Amino acid sequence: MTRPSKPKKAPPARTRALPSPLVAAPEVLEKVPSGISGLDKLTNGGLPRGRPTLVCGGPGSGKTLFAVQTVVRGALEHDEPGVILAFEDTADDFAKNFASFGFPIEDLIAKKLLLVDYVAVERNEIEETGRYDLEGLFVRLQSAVQTIGAKRVAIDTIETIFTGFSDEGLLRAEVRRLFRWLKDHGLTAVVTAERGEKALTRYGLEEYISDCVILLDQRVVDEVATRRLRVVKYRGTGHGTNEYPFLIGPDGISVLPLSALGLSYPVSNDRVLTGVEKLDVMLGGAGYYRGSTVLLSGTAGTGKTSVASQFGDACCGRGERVIYVALEEAEAQILRNMRSIGLDLEKWVRRKNLTFHVARPSGAGLEEHLVRIHGLVEQHHPAAVVIDPISSFENTAIKLDVRAMSVRLIDYLKGLGITTMLTYLSNPAGTEETQIGISSLIDTWLSVRDLEQDGERNRALYVLKSRGMAHSNQVREFLITDRGIDLVDVYIGTDGVLTGSARIARERRDEQRAEDRKRVMQLRTQDLAVRRQTMQAQIEALKAELAREERELERVIDREERREAWRSGTRERMRHSRFGNDDPSSKKS
Amino acid sequence: MKLSKTTKKRTVSKLEKAARAPRSGRRPAGTPREAGDAREIWQLRLYVAGQTPRSILAFANLKKICEEHLHGRYRIEVIDLLKNPTLARGDQILAVPTLVRKLPPPVKKIIGDFTNTERVLVGLNLVPFAESLR
Repeated sequence: MTRPSKPKKAPPARTRALPSPLVAAPEVLEKVPSGISGLDKLTNGGLPRGRPTLVCGGPGSGKTLFAVQTVVRGALEHDEPGVILAFEDTADDFAKNFASFGFPIEDLIAKKLLLVDYVAVERNEIEETGRYDLEGLFVRLQSAVQTIGAKRVAIDTIETIFTGFSDEGLLRAEVRRLFRWLKDHGLTAVVTAERGEKALTRYGLEEYISDCVILLDQRVVDEVATRRLRVVKYRGTGHGTNEYPFLIGPDGISVLPLSALGLSYPVSNDRVLTGVEKLDVMLGGAGYYRGSTVLLSGTAGTGKTSVASQFGDACCGRGERVIYVALEEAEAQILRNMRSIGLDLEKWVRRKNLTFHVARPSGAGLEEHLVRIHGLVEQHHPAAVVIDPISSFENTAIKLDVRAMSVRLIDYLKGLGITTMLTYLSNPAGTEETQIGISSLIDTWLSVRDLEQDGERNRALYVLKSRGMAHSNQVREFLITDRGIDLVDVYIGTDGVLTGSARIARERRDEQRAEDRKRVMQLRTQDLAVRRQTMQAQIEALKAELAREERELERVIDREERREAWRSGTRERMRHSRFGNDDPSSKKS
Repeated sequence: MKLSKTTKKRTVSKLEKAARAPRSGRRPAGTPREAGDAREIWQLRLYVAGQTPRSILAFANLKKICEEHLHGRYRIEVIDLLKNPTLARGDQILAVPTLVRKLPPPVKKIIGDFTNTERVLVGLNLVPFAESLR
């Protein structure tokens, strides 16, 4: 943003920007960062530059802090020196009060970035002996502004003068003059005022400040206080019109408008294992996405805490840090209970991987809880946060607020890339809808249900949804063993879904049948082997027979041949003997 | 005016002796200041912002009242805040003109152009005694 802050300097810049004299210079309201986180988004840029802003609210609503924070942050972060006219504090109190917010008041004063003038108004003690005006105040303010070249001014609260002086007509004229003076000097001012019963402010100051009016409110609903902020008007600019919860935290006021959170957080492709092997498999084999929000809903006693703890244990096992926000159980109780299912969380607590934050939902306002969680997150930088159960907030505040808080919490954690596991106690009617209406913000939703059958109650877990990953559509029976959580396939057959004993019985029966079938097969195989052996033997016998027959035949043939040879030899010898010589032919001639 | 002036003058001088009685009742007895009261110098500081008609009027009014009631026992210091703006913080000045009675204690503050003499006297703790003498 450019810095033609003072109106006096503006005209030359304008004429240069708009050479045509026919075009009227547009009245663009310049804005300055307010120093209050979230408010700038809400007002599309901050407070009107060079103009007074009225901040009104009841006692303890945070208006002084608002004003001081604007000036201090302006000095710290935007190099805009500031003046604070403090009507209600003494110098001692002032620095002390704001030191707790980390505002380096004294340091800034020493660096001439801040000047605090403590204006004491004696209440109705001053005798008025004639006509007067408040030029003294103007002189002080002007002197302060000039001394450090202030760009911002906080006046807290100007209406104190109404208790110190009696001429109300004069005071009103002076207040009007003061606001005009601030505007003429191009000072970005925050003026606080007490909330009135009928009007916005007790003395009707909103009449004099027309540019920006912000209302702070602290309301107690069901014994829990919630702070809210509303931009009542902001001339010449669009702004969020709703009431937005705000927090007074260790860094001062922060407004967290729902709409302003945006959906621009970084998205990770990293996966984190769930701690339950079979659940990982159900979620495409790799577990949750890092930085995603996991909701685990179920009726009482369905093992939500166990699943959450198992996840926490897995994270700690990877050397990551985990914050476990326990809203219904004591730390020791969770540790003991988890030990019974074979999870030693205590060692993670000892190694400072796991931090428990135990709080009663009714022990503080919603924003207080948020602040504490913010604080823990900033202190420990966890990879994962478990909130067990988020539904317990429902009983403490109106649902809209709980939803708003949950949304802010989820967005906050998501923005930091922290994997968040929320457990949610759903009512036994078992609707797949959270009462606080955060379902749509959830990335992975696991539902644990009771299945009642044959006088037994068994748990079944399924993945209701899991964005951006292939996941199982099966209902798994969910067993809590002394070695942690196990998921088994439920029996789905002609008898419907069977769990627990019914499933076991059914499985046994199936096993029996399988056994039987196996035995039959074995017998058949054996039988076949025997038959093969028999036949083999027969074949061998036949072969032997054949060989014998062949040998016999050969023998007969041989014998016949020899006999034939003998016979022909005999005949020769007979013929030879008949002719009486060796040559039968010569004997003939 | 002239008549009242004389009566008042007398009133004050009478008052001076009686004046300390109710005061001493307000603070612990035996405060060393009591003895020198009659001759004590009143130190007054008048804050104005510039030489405006109102500041000139205020100074004139003040001077007149002092002459009447504190003749020879007062000193007025005029501070122009336009010349010395930082001095406004010390005495917590908001309205102008403001008159601060530095001495005698306690510090008293009155504002306005001092046209209402009665109120000036009340504001400076001069009048209750005047009333008591009526």
